[in-house]
Amino acid sequence: MISLEKIATLIDGWLHQHFNDVITLLIECVLVGVGAIALFALLGLGLVWMERKVAALMQIRMGPNRVGPKGIFQTSADTLKLIMKEGLTPDGADKLLFNLAPVLVIIVAMLILAPIAFAKNFQIWDINIGVLYVSAVSSMSVIGILMAGWSSGNKYALLGAMRSGAQIVSYELSAGISVLTIVVLTGSLQISEIVQSQQTGWWIFKGHIPAIIAFVIFIIAATAETNRAPFDLAEAESELTAGFHTEYSGMKFALFFLAEYINIFIVCAIGATLFLGGWMPLHIGNVQAFNHAMDYIPSSIWFLGKTLFLIFVIMWFRWTFPRLRVDQLLNLEWKYLLPISLVNLLVMTVIAILGWHL
Amino acid sequence: MFIKNYIKEVFGAVKSLWTGMRMTGYYFTHKKEVITEQYPDNRATLQLAERFRGEVVMPHDENNQHACTGCSACEIACPNATIKIINKFDILPDGKKKKAIDKFVYHLELCTMCGLCVEACPTSAIKMANTFEHSVYDRRQLTKTLNQPGSKIREGVE
Repeated sequence: MISLEKIATLIDGWLHQHFNDVITLLIECVLVGVGAIALFALLGLGLVWMERKVAALMQIRMGPNRVGPKGIFQTSADTLKLIMKEGLTPDGADKLLFNLAPVLVIIVAMLILAPIAFAKNFQIWDINIGVLYVSAVSSMSVIGILMAGWSSGNKYALLGAMRSGAQIVSYELSAGISVLTIVVLTGSLQISEIVQSQQTGWWIFKGHIPAIIAFVIFIIAATAETNRAPFDLAEAESELTAGFHTEYSGMKFALFFLAEYINIFIVCAIGATLFLGGWMPLHIGNVQAFNHAMDYIPSSIWFLGKTLFLIFVIMWFRWTFPRLRVDQLLNLEWKYLLPISLVNLLVMTVIAILGWHL
Repeated sequence: MFIKNYIKEVFGAVKSLWTGMRMTGYYFTHKKEVITEQYPDNRATLQLAERFRGEVVMPHDENNQHACTGCSACEIACPNATIKIINKFDILPDGKKKKAIDKFVYHLELCTMCGLCVEACPTSAIKMANTFEHSVYDRRQLTKTLNQPGSKIREGVE
C-alpha cells in the first residue's frame, strides 16, 4: 500500500544514492518548501470553496455552482482575478511595513506547519517541544496583523489591529491551558509522542469530562485566535469596513485571506492531534475486527478527516452565532473561559496523578 | 449564590448556542430546504406567488370585453402618473352620449408596482399580473395601451 511515509523514504533513498549528504539535505529542504506552498495553495482554494458551500447550505442557499462542477473552480477564478488586480500601496502608508506585513503573516503560518504530523512517520520536523513551538510561533501572527494595521495609516485598520491584538493575547491563555491539560496526561510536548500515547484511545475519550471541557475551550479559543466570526472584531465589516486589511488590495489582500484559512487548518490540525488522536485510527477496546478495518484506512486520511471535521465545526460556529461586542469578547475570556480552564487543568492534574485516565 | 448563577449562566449559554447550531445543522443536512430559484434554468417551471406584483393588466373575456368604465379612479390613485385614461363618447342608439375609454395608457417605466390603482378600481377592471421579464431595448415599448383594439365594456358592469 502506498503511504506518505513510503514516498518520503523512497525519495530520501534515491537522493542519497545520487548526491552527497549536504546536497541531499538542500534538495529535501527545497522539496519540503515546494510541498508546503503547494499545500497552502490547495488549502486556500479548497477551504474557501468549502466555506462558501457550508455557508450557503446553512443559509438555505445554493452557493457557487456555475464555474466547474458544483462550482469547485470558483475560488481559482477569484484568485486569478486577485492576481491581476493592482496591489496598491497608499501614499500615507509606511511602505516597508505595509508590504512586509502580509508576507510575515504567511511566513508565520508556514513555520507552524513544521511539527505537524500529517501521517504515520510523516512530519517535517519532530522537535521534542512541538506543542510549545506551535503556541509560541502562532502568537507571532498578531505582529503581522498589528504591522498591517499600523502601517496602513488608516484609523479603521489601526482599530482593527488593536482589537485583534487584545483578542489574540487574551485567548492564547485559555488555548494554552487547554493544550496543557493534554500535555499533563501525555507527559510530553513532542507531537509524535502525543499521537503515540493515543494508541489505545483518543484523549477526548480517555480523559473523561475534563478532556471534553478542554476540547470545547480549545475550539472556542482557536476560533478567536484565527479572528473568525463570532470573534471577527479585527475585521468587523459593519463598523471598521474591513479592519486591519482595509487598505490592502490585489495579491496582498489575497495573502491575508489565504493566511486566515491556513491558520484555521493549523489550529484544527493541532486540535485533532491533541484531542482526536492525530493520524491514529479509531480503535474500540478489544473489538479486533473493527480495529483491523479501521487500520486499513491510511493514516493521512484519518488526519485529514479529523482536521476537516474540526474545520467544519468552526465554520458551523461562524454561520450560526451572532457577533460579540469587544467588552463581551473580553468578558467571555477573562470571566468564563480562563477560570473554567484553570479549574479544569487542576482536575485533570488530579486525574493524571491518581492514574484515573484509561 | 454567585457560583450557582455563574454555573447557570454557562449552561444556559451552551444550551442556547446548541439550539442555534441544531437549526443550521438541520439546514446543512437537508438540501431540500434550499429556497434558491435557479432562474433562468427553471424558467419553464418557475412558481411565483399569487401576490407578486409584476405589471398592471386589464383582463378581457372571450368577447373582447373588459370591465373598465373610464372613471379615472386609478389615474387619480396613482402616485406617479403612471396611468393616463383617454375617454371618448359613444353615441347610443337612442341618441344619448355614453362615456367609454378610448385608450388606457399605462407607463410601465414609471410604475412602482404599488398596486394602489388595483385597489381603487370600483369594477375590478385591472389587476396585477406576475410577469416580470420587462426588459426591452427601447423605452417606448414600455408605454402600453391596456385595452385591446375594438374592445368594449362588458354589459351590466355599471
